[in-house]
This record gives sequence, C-alpha cells and structure tokens, in this order.
Amino acid sequence: MLTKRIVPCLDIKDGRTVKGVNFVDLKDAGDPVILAKQYAELGADELVFLDISATQEKRRTMHDMVLKVAEQVNIPFTVGGGISSVEDVDDLLHCGADKVSINSAAVKRPELINELSKKFGSQCVVVAVDAKKIGEEWMVHLAGGTIPTDIGLFKWAKEVEERGAGEILFTSMNHDGTKGGFANEAIGKLSDLVNIPIIASGGAGTKQHFVDTFMFGKADAALAASVFHFGEIPILELKQELKRNGIEVRL
Amino acid sequence: MDLKIVNYGAGNIKSIQFAFQRLGYDAVLTADPEAILRADKVIFPGVGEASSAMRKLKESGLDTLIPELKQPVLGICLGMQLMCKSTEEGDTKGLGIFDTDVKRFSNEVKVPQMGWNTVTNLNSNLFKSIAEGAYMYLVHSYYAENCNQNIATTDYELEYASALENDNFFGVQFHPEKSGKVGEQLLMNFLEL
Repeated sequence: MLTKRIVPCLDIKDGRTVKGVNFVDLKDAGDPVILAKQYAELGADELVFLDISATQEKRRTMHDMVLKVAEQVNIPFTVGGGISSVEDVDDLLHCGADKVSINSAAVKRPELINELSKKFGSQCVVVAVDAKKIGEEWMVHLAGGTIPTDIGLFKWAKEVEERGAGEILFTSMNHDGTKGGFANEAIGKLSDLVNIPIIASGGAGTKQHFVDTFMFGKADAALAASVFHFGEIPILELKQELKRNGIEVRL
Repeated sequence: MDLKIVNYGAGNIKSIQFAFQRLGYDAVLTADPEAILRADKVIFPGVGEASSAMRKLKESGLDTLIPELKQPVLGICLGMQLMCKSTEEGDTKGLGIFDTDVKRFSNEVKVPQMGWNTVTNLNSNLFKSIAEGAYMYLVHSYYAENCNQNIATTDYELEYASALENDNFFGVQFHPEKSGKVGEQLLMNFLEL
C-alpha cells in the first residue's frame, strides 16, 4: 500500500541552512548536505529545500548545493523559493532536483504551471499555496504570506490541478508556527476536491498532530521544520506512532 | 565495468549517474549505437511523456537497437513502460520487449501515484537480498498490466507489474536511484547479473 510521507523542510540562505538544526550531534549543523544525509538515514521519506536567498548571485550557490545533495542523498527532494521561469526549473532539474515547488510565480502567471508540466512532466511540479482563513474564506497569500490576494484557496487548488500540477503543498498561515496542529478541515476539503496528492504544512507540534492530519485531513504527506530540526519529534518514533494508529508508513 | 546510460533526451538522468557513483561505478551517458552495443550493462532511463520519448528514440534509431541488445538492460520508469507492447499515454506503440500493455490509473485513486509503496512476489536475481514487501519510491500515472513476465508486483488501485524480466531485459517502474539503501541494493544486483 502507498505510504503516507514525512517530509522535513530546510530553509536555505546563501547555500546554508538557517535557523539551525539541533537534533543530533553534528559538526556543522548549517551544512544542508550533511543534514539531508542524516535525515535520509533517520527515515525521512522526502526532503524540501526552501531557498530564501534574496539575490540572483546567491541562487547560483543554491545550484551548487542542489548538485551536492543529489550526489550524496538517496531519497527524493524538492527545491522551492524564487522559481519563476522554465529556465529556472531546467537548471535545478539538471543539477539533480527531483521536483520543484513554485508559489507566487504561479499566481502571477498561472500559464507557468502548464509550461512546466508540459516540458518536464507534472510529476516534478509542486505548487505551493499559502493561505489564510479570513472570516469564513480561505484566501491565497503571496511572498511568504505577506501579500493577500482575492483568490480563494479551493478555486485556486482546482485550477492548479487542471493546469498540470503534480502535487499541492498547502500551508495554513493561521496554523504555521503555532505548534497547535494542522488545518485539517481545509486539508480534508482540498484532498476531496482534487485528485493529486496534498502535502499538509503548518502547525506540527506533536505526534498526534500528524496522526490527525493523515486521518482527518486525509493528507498524503506532512511537512514540518522545527519539530524535526530540534529533535522534538524523532522521525522514527513518529512513524511508529503513525503505524500504531493504523496509518501506513515506511519503517 | 563498461556501464552506459542511453541518452535520448528524455528526462533527468543525473540522479542515476550519482547513484552509480555512490556505488563506485561510472555510468556514462551516450547516444552512440556502437558504444551502447559494446557496453557490459545498459541503463534505459526515462521521465516525461511516452509519445514524445518514443519519437526521440525513433529519430536516433535507438528503437531498433535496444531490442537487439544481448547484454543486461535495465529500463527505469518510463524506460520500462516503453519496453512494453504499447502505452495509453499518447496512444503509443512500444518496443514490444515485455509482453504487456501500459494503462492509466483511473480517477478512483490520486494520480500520479507518488511516494513509497511495497514490492511483493519478488522473483528474480534482480531482487537478491531484498525482502518481500520492501519499499521503493514511485512516481507515475501509468502502470504495466500484470503478466507472466512480472518479477515484482505493487498494489495501487489494482495489482500491477512493478518490475518485469524477459531474457536479458529488465524493467522497474520504481526509481531505485531514489529508493534509499534498498534501491542501491537493486542497482548493485543489476551490476552483478
């Protein structure tokens, strides 16, 4: 049976992980390659690298990092952050990334999703969607959640699927950073609405939160950062807990 | 060992090269028929859309070369699918090496299947030292129908052939280069065939 995926996310700036990682005794906790290998060995199913570098020159550093990760890590990984053209994606895939994640660029020019899925196949196109619940409506936000749009989450999700996205990475801004659990109601609605996998993001704080997002949110994968980086939730223990709850995982 | 990866412009092969590099082998990318004929082992990769991949194979004459190879050949993902009789993707005729057809998953399940799933009914030296029910990483919307050439099956909507074997030809639907240690074991097994 296809398993649910556990996906640690690493923020990268100028080729180094930021905010630090502190889950094992590492010589260099800022080196994304060392961390990626460590996560692969600890049982992560996939990895996401989010490039938060501001300038184009720094993005070159990102290419070197992607190349090194691909060289040394034997599980799939996605690269996101600042990707806005077919050329950007071509470069990253050539460096060995398995998938790319696009966000604001897709909202600004939705045709980009069609272009990417046509050229590279939908399997490598992840559309990341940041949304915030305002009143009764979930609204899409841009630029790391700083800029609101008038686009509704569910309408947008349907559109990205139709345009050829292979996966949706949904982050609830209401839940992100709270450690109070995932936005399972919205995730469940998304999962019923579209026929492509949904990666739940934002709100992970306990093992039970992961159980809930797979059971009630019907998520296909769950992404988190700090709970993994600081060893608050060891991946193996998390997967054992999921298994105890009847959720299929790779152990 | 002379290990060649067939280069016909279909998809990203960096990960496959890196995986062999981790095992201590240099896998060289080439479209040269002579070089492919001479190789000890041949990898036939593929990511992307079937009809355009098949067109590229035909343009370079590789569509007639590959079925005639005598050394062990390993098709991966779309490579494996193109080695079947036909695929529903772009209504494409395949190389006919494996006696089965490739169909699309229905919309009863999420498409593509993306993630780790088990391989069972393992029945080949390609799976030497790999446990029944081991996990492999898969990303695909189309599957090879179960047939008597299967050497592994996987369940997603239905039981399908996730690996095939016919004489010197092998095909795997999953990505061994991305399937952790188990995948590396499979690549090592292929090199030892």
